Amino acid sequence: MSEIPEGLQYSRTHEWLREEADGSLSCGITDHAQSALGDLVFVELPAPGRKVTAGEAFATVESTKAASDVYAPVSGEVAAVNDALEADPGLVNSSPYGEGWLLRIKPAAPAAGLLDAAAYRAELDSAGD
Amino acid sequence: MMPEPLIFEQSRPGRRSPGHAPAEADESRGLPEDALRSSAPLLPEVSELQVVRHFTRLSQKNFSIDTHFYPLGSCTMKYNPRACNRLAMLPGFLGAHPLEPVDNLQGLLECLWELQEMLKAVTGMKAVSLTPMAGAQGELAGVAMIRAWHLARGDGERREIIVPDAAHGTNPATATMCGCDVVEIRTGRDGDVDLEALRQAVGPRTAGIMLTNPSTLGVFERQITEIAAIVHEAGGLLYYDGANLNAILGRVLPAAMGFDVVHINLHKTFSTPHGGGGPGAGIVAVGEHLEPFLPVPVVAREEDGRFVLHGQAQRPNSIGQLSAFMGNTGILLRAYVYMRMLGAEGMRRVADHATLNANYLLARLAAGGFRPAWPGRRASHEFSLSLQDIAREAGVNAMDFAKALLDRGFHAPTTYFPLLVPECLLIEPTETETLETLDAFADALLAIRAEALQDPASVRNAPVTLPVSRLDDVRAARQLDLRWQPLAGEPE
Repeated sequence: MSEIPEGLQYSRTHEWLREEADGSLSCGITDHAQSALGDLVFVELPAPGRKVTAGEAFATVESTKAASDVYAPVSGEVAAVNDALEADPGLVNSSPYGEGWLLRIKPAAPAAGLLDAAAYRAELDSAGD
Repeated sequence: MMPEPLIFEQSRPGRRSPGHAPAEADESRGLPEDALRSSAPLLPEVSELQVVRHFTRLSQKNFSIDTHFYPLGSCTMKYNPRACNRLAMLPGFLGAHPLEPVDNLQGLLECLWELQEMLKAVTGMKAVSLTPMAGAQGELAGVAMIRAWHLARGDGERREIIVPDAAHGTNPATATMCGCDVVEIRTGRDGDVDLEALRQAVGPRTAGIMLTNPSTLGVFERQITEIAAIVHEAGGLLYYDGANLNAILGRVLPAAMGFDVVHINLHKTFSTPHGGGGPGAGIVAVGEHLEPFLPVPVVAREEDGRFVLHGQAQRPNSIGQLSAFMGNTGILLRAYVYMRMLGAEGMRRVADHATLNANYLLARLAAGGFRPAWPGRRASHEFSLSLQDIAREAGVNAMDFAKALLDRGFHAPTTYFPLLVPECLLIEPTETETLETLDAFADALLAIRAEALQDPASVRNAPVTLPVSRLDDVRAARQLDLRWQPLAGEPE
């Protein structure tokens, strides 16, 4: 049973968003996503300042099983990235909602079409998880 | 089994094999001074016999078609008949030089021309180019021709290639290499393409769709004629990834399914050696409308029966040349011999037995408790199992099963592909295995399953009978260690 904290927003493609005090949004991949991928060995993040459109593939996470795109859950500008992942991509596995965050986005518009924890849980359940 | 030391570890200063040592005369061959190295390269100093033993022992540790059942899904690791090898190595073929006048090469060119004709027959297409040197290059040629066709019609805005989520990873990579954008569509609950998703994906920017049929999920796409109609009506073309042609060889023509361009891996379906990165042969076959764009050279027969090579001069709209000469000619010849030995009837039996063997294994494994990824669907030449239930129940995953199979003398099937099947094993037995081998493999998987339920730790520990035990693939990928340590005193 994967961990799905309350208070975050979730995408159907298994990213999460959390609103920070400065109005930016932290973004990462969910516990379900990291568990399905297995141990990550490489994380490729966009350069800070890059403009992204919701739904666009803007990062790549690679495990010993597969490389997967990470899709922007919201449009905006990349405000910061988690540099610690370069040395230790395993942080995404050990702490997907904490130290394993991927990047911060300065949203250009409010996020649309995302799920709350209960709806994301229901989505996973209907997919057989 | 004793671990084999690295050849560098067997090195002793001053030991030499003079017969193989390069002449120590001035070998700089006119290179500029600043391009010459100042210190000797770090090479092992060993005797000829040490080298022979070292590499023979390494080869004996290998799993190969010649030693083990090799059910690697989507790879079609069938037996490569020795006759193909022998005939492709006749002195007349081996001695041919690509720059010889074509009048000296008529026998070779006739074989290649006949190969083109046979490939037209098994695809139903109108023209063939043999030059792509691997499956990925065949894909590149195929999508480049689709782009060229749209451009020639003044329809250059069409640059979206639709790819199902179950596709080989090379498909989206190919589309991107050709300057196209990838539009992914999902698979429906039953393993077929989601037609509604496809209808929403097509439009005035659609260049085409890349499909493998049977798909990488191990099932035949039943709605293929509807898919073809949707894509064609939207103005796009259909590209057939021939990775799974073995399942339908001589039974279903890609042209009849509505495809405009096909690539075929001769190194899979037509039984030429593969694995280890090549050489391969990813020939392309096209309908009449795409023929002008075929990569060159193409073998042509003149009215007097003489064979010639047509290049850019005869085919000005060609997407160009993909290799220096005529592709991997030695591989083409092996496939030619294979096809001539089988004939049309033999090719149909390839598909029949490849499919029968896969369905037999699937039935035995399903009866023993394994969960097919697509319950109720007939397998093509391969099938996927999802080990998610046992991974949850016993904490033993698909990789553990793969490693445990090695202990029992079988090469592992493909693991964790296709990605959309959780804890996936993709199993392709091919047509060249006996009933006894299939049964032994099914018995092994069922025994591992029983062991996983009783003593999961022992399965998670596998392999224990091989020269190296479970490798830490995560650490290997995170901490790259790509060369042997320099000798003491050498710079890092």
